[in-house]
Amino acid sequence: MNGRRHSLLRSAASLGLVALAGTTLLAGVHRLTADRIAEQERRAMLSQLSEIVPTERYDNDLRDDRFTFRDEQHFPGGQTVTAYRARLDGRPVAVILRFAAPDGYNGPIGLLAGIDADGRLAGVRVTAHRETPGLGDGIEIEKSDWIRGFERKSLNSPPPAGWQVKRDGGEFDQFTGATITPRAIVEAVQRALQYYESHREALFATPRAATERPAK
Amino acid sequence: MNYGQIWIDGLWRQNTGLVVLLGLCPLLAVSNTVVNAVGLGLATTLTLLASNLAVSLARHWLRPEIRIPAYVLIIASVVTAIQLLMQAWFHDLYRVLGIFIPLIVTNCAIIGRAEAFASRNRPLPAAIDGLATGLGFLLALVALGALRELAGRGTLFSQARLLFGEAGEALQLTVVPGHPGFLLALLPPGAFIGLGLLIAGRNWLNARRSAVQAIRVNAPSPERAA
Repeated sequence: MNGRRHSLLRSAASLGLVALAGTTLLAGVHRLTADRIAEQERRAMLSQLSEIVPTERYDNDLRDDRFTFRDEQHFPGGQTVTAYRARLDGRPVAVILRFAAPDGYNGPIGLLAGIDADGRLAGVRVTAHRETPGLGDGIEIEKSDWIRGFERKSLNSPPPAGWQVKRDGGEFDQFTGATITPRAIVEAVQRALQYYESHREALFATPRAATERPAK
Repeated sequence: MNYGQIWIDGLWRQNTGLVVLLGLCPLLAVSNTVVNAVGLGLATTLTLLASNLAVSLARHWLRPEIRIPAYVLIIASVVTAIQLLMQAWFHDLYRVLGIFIPLIVTNCAIIGRAEAFASRNRPLPAAIDGLATGLGFLLALVALGALRELAGRGTLFSQARLLFGEAGEALQLTVVPGHPGFLLALLPPGAFIGLGLLIAGRNWLNARRSAVQAIRVNAPSPERAA
């Protein structure tokens, strides 16, 4: 009886020792890498954002001048939208919205859309998607220039009827064999522009990192 | 212990991907391009090396009844450490491989080598076994990745900058210019078909070699006959 308890304790102790060694290793590696990982993440995000609004157009720290909100009407699917504000000498230059088109062919399509202060699109990029490779993945900037078609567009140029893919009578190309993917993005970008039009003041006035949606 | 034997077993005779067929989930999922395959293969090799070494060092005081949970702890720690290191130094590649790095923990090949080899051998052979098994897996991954990338897009080493930085741009090869894209090769069924072809190819090579050997043994050599 005593021997059994002894061997049980020994097993438990050696397992505990393995766990302790593993934890020590991880704590060490974490200390070693934490700063660099944070730095890498900031760098990756900045390079993503600066593709849309070049860094020379603003003088604030875009990555920190942000807040998040929800708006089921313009950004459906229960998503949280992040808005990054670019300013020059304190004046609004552009806002970059991080949101998703909820109705892609294979689930949500992550998007970044930059909207200049005059209401024109500075650019749109796809950040994450699971669309069919070879058909729907032309939305990636690496695969085709399709996403650049949004640049300089605004809510009234093309007119509202043009904010559709060509198959639906609009101005935006679709891909051969893939209409759902571009349609989802065109509609999501149009809704983002509509949101911008009705919330322009609030988008730039909301204090950074507040979680409430901007006041109407 | 014969080190040459360990290498031959790991790379060819007991190849994890093509013979033992362990770790198929990452093999099938991440083999759509050569660069992804190399990234995951290197991470898996590093994991195997470290976990085999650790298991071998601890083999005398790990009692049999707790060895499996102990292996799991060791492997999980090693993988998490590698994940953090990749995140810090190969951030872009980490973003591409994403979920498959933590999933190395569940690659049965790793716990298989810990149980079947590392727990019964000295640290040096165990480390070499980890290296050989990992490189064998890497080879299978790269072969499948090259097959699928070539058939699917007509390129090799696309996005090599994820692994090698700016120098990687030069590595990128467009083998078939204007390739229309062969979707089947890039989608999951292509992974199964490609793996089937690779296994068949390996078996064919093996069968041919043993046939040649059989002829050599059976047929009396001219000198002896004379």
